Amino acid sequence: MLHTPKRRLLAGAAAIAVGAVVLTACASERGDGGDTGEASDVDSTFVFAASNDPAGLDPAFASDGETFRVSRQIFEGLVGVEPGTADPAPLLAESWEQSEDGLSYTFTLKEGVTFHDGTDFDAEAVCANFDRWYNWTGLAQSESLSYYYGSLFKGFADAPDAAVYESCTADDATHATVTLTQPFAGFIAALSLPAFSMQSPTALAEYEADSVGGTEESPTLSEYANAHPTGTGPFVFDSWEPGEQVTLQANEDYWGDQGQVQEIIFRTIGDPTARRQALESGSIDGYDLVAPADTAALEDAGYNVMQRDPFTILYLGMNQAVPELANPLVREAIAHAIDKEALVTQVLPEGTEVASQFIPPVVTGWNEDVTTYEYDPEKAKELLAEAGYPDGLTLMFNYPTNVSRPYMPNPEQIFTNLASQLEAVGITVTPAGNEWNPAYLDRIQGGADHGLHLLGWTGDYNDTDNFVGVFFGQESNEWGFDNPELFEALTAARGTADIEEQTAQYQAINEMIAEFNPGIPLAHPAPSLAFDSRVESYPASPVNDEVFNQIVLTE
Amino acid sequence: MLRVIGKRILYLIPTLFGLSILLFIWVRSLPGGPAVAILGEKATPEAIARINELYGFDRPIFEQYFVWVGSLLQGNFGASVMSGRLVLEEFALRFPATLELAIAALIFAVGFGIPLGYWAARRHGKAADHFAVTASLIGITIPVFFLAFILKYVFAVQLGWLPSDGRQDPRIDATHPTGFYVLDGILTGEFDAAWDAILHLILPAIALGTIPLAIIVRITRASVLEVQNSDYVRTGRAKGISRGTIRNRFILRNSMLPVVTTVGLQTGLLISGAVLTEKVFAYPGVGQFMADAIFERDYAVLQGFIIFIAIGYALINLAVDVSYGFIDPRVRVS
Repeated sequence: MLHTPKRRLLAGAAAIAVGAVVLTACASERGDGGDTGEASDVDSTFVFAASNDPAGLDPAFASDGETFRVSRQIFEGLVGVEPGTADPAPLLAESWEQSEDGLSYTFTLKEGVTFHDGTDFDAEAVCANFDRWYNWTGLAQSESLSYYYGSLFKGFADAPDAAVYESCTADDATHATVTLTQPFAGFIAALSLPAFSMQSPTALAEYEADSVGGTEESPTLSEYANAHPTGTGPFVFDSWEPGEQVTLQANEDYWGDQGQVQEIIFRTIGDPTARRQALESGSIDGYDLVAPADTAALEDAGYNVMQRDPFTILYLGMNQAVPELANPLVREAIAHAIDKEALVTQVLPEGTEVASQFIPPVVTGWNEDVTTYEYDPEKAKELLAEAGYPDGLTLMFNYPTNVSRPYMPNPEQIFTNLASQLEAVGITVTPAGNEWNPAYLDRIQGGADHGLHLLGWTGDYNDTDNFVGVFFGQESNEWGFDNPELFEALTAARGTADIEEQTAQYQAINEMIAEFNPGIPLAHPAPSLAFDSRVESYPASPVNDEVFNQIVLTE
Repeated sequence: MLRVIGKRILYLIPTLFGLSILLFIWVRSLPGGPAVAILGEKATPEAIARINELYGFDRPIFEQYFVWVGSLLQGNFGASVMSGRLVLEEFALRFPATLELAIAALIFAVGFGIPLGYWAARRHGKAADHFAVTASLIGITIPVFFLAFILKYVFAVQLGWLPSDGRQDPRIDATHPTGFYVLDGILTGEFDAAWDAILHLILPAIALGTIPLAIIVRITRASVLEVQNSDYVRTGRAKGISRGTIRNRFILRNSMLPVVTTVGLQTGLLISGAVLTEKVFAYPGVGQFMADAIFERDYAVLQGFIIFIAIGYALINLAVDVSYGFIDPRVRVS
């Protein structure tokens, strides 16, 4: 009775089954085969998973890691970073000299370098870039676009009184002198940020790089930032499919070593689990910010897991607007109650270092002899009794939920670990978990309604002010204290042009902070990267200064 | 018929107006503002205030609403704060991906759902019927993201048979004149790219299409059962009309009305349900962008996309109503 439909159905099912087998065969062929048609024995296409699209392709209008990751391949600055460290090193400038008053810097430029559009990189181009930043107006000055220029150089041409930049002169083709209005010890280190990369003045003008946004409500990127980034770096821009991928090709006229990688594809994969699975299924060659829980499993499965040298700080903040925490004895007791070693070994990723102060050891001003508070629960109890809490006390403990930061990969676990350590000395904590953004940050930074809290930082470049200055430079809701002596010392250190003098100042400041004990520096967690086994080496950098022409591939 | 269509389009206006108000209130009631999302954790209160002023988030909500509707009527959906690009541009970039996925899921759901439902009904009470009913119940209850995750883990990560993410192997250098990758591959003669795009569609389409498939199986089964037991079918049989005619003209055609309604509704759901599937498979469509927009409180994107989806839904409903007229002439008369 139902012969015909039945037969049709069976035929359909058979066709699907055959299709599935064919698909399977094709898929596995693709997985194994690679670029078999090519003569080269190495697949020179490198696919890296990014967690986000770049915000744009003009690094001067960016401040986020994913934009900078792409920028570092296309652009180079006057100053780069010593490989594997956070220290500034020559890049497009071979050397520089500082004037006696500390206000002028003369850069000697590398010769024979051209931008991707064929125009020369010379002193005129350097000055064109500085003048471009300084002369931004309107929307271009907003923090969402020019965050780094605004925060480091303080002002633009329309408000020269506040500006740190004064002028740039091209002395000859290979010498450019930049003059500042006030001492800025971090100037050279700051230039290593991709935001201050050198871009082709011709391309900037041709594609109207500075024409951002029609109206204030609808700012839009320029044509330059969407499709025509032009730098001097080892890779040239090829295409950008938003939400999908950015493709770069090797720069055939690169002045330096081109390396093995001839094509880079940055795939956008937002979800961390999806990134791991993309690596496992072979669709990407590597990704960043591996979850601590995944590192061991990936290593066991034969993937290359690498740690960046930590350039991070995770701390336990103590809000002094809470009366109990304003008492130095209570803060000292808490410091003695925390076993940082146990925290690091139990819940933080491999490569994490225990912290003694609020800057990583490689940063200027790190103080070897800073006051520390040994793990001593008995002493903690005594101090609490002395402070008037012989039976212990109750404190609110704020922590973020559902978030992973480079310095705080697993806040819930860190909270649980610390809470049990505190309870062991009689401090009962009231857990207060909030979604990271904006609830948690608003609560910690926007008001006084918090007690103990977890927070941290990843440094942008080697600058002490970028750590302690951000934390303790002025009165803030986060810490709830007023310490004019500390604020003044930080302001003075920031304005010191001589690096040795500044180092001594920061060492003293770190001791001052340790004695004042506003919070407990816990650890410097190391961010992890994972790669396919064909990636033999990757230039892991504490400040993410990773240029893919230095990658070594084996297959 | 044209009058009916015209009327239906007119009904759309108050519907969309009401929706725009609800939507606006809902989006603005999400906790926090977009300023921190834009500026990051380094944001100072002053900077946040400046961003709020810049984007107009500090103005009264009524004013914000009228500004928004006003620009909407002029075809301006605003710009995404995440990317700085216009919402329309972002939508145009991603919509083909989502539509392609929805079509693939629909082909899967309808292609298997109707025959399975029909098959189950014709074997009413037998093992095959019980199997179809149980399987469809499981299909309806299984959460999309869970199924997506399992499919991906088994077939992409563990077995490596199918790709785990994206729309295309990133190493394939293909041109995309229309944005529909399978079609593009065929149009440009890059069959390799088309095949690769099909492979990338299989797992997400199964994940996205399973619930509609299960629903279609159940509706088809119930509808066919009802029709095949109806008087006119019995009369037709008694009159000796051929089995083929009874099957095709009496049963199949008459049982399709509720199925078409279901398929129509499911099509709308496929587009909005793509949010979870796209997230799991890192599939660069509207759904993934929506998910990110929710996290980043990208108001313009959320509002714009939901309005788009609402219009799409309304149009699909219209198409369903029109198709009734063709399937069942009685609807046309009434």
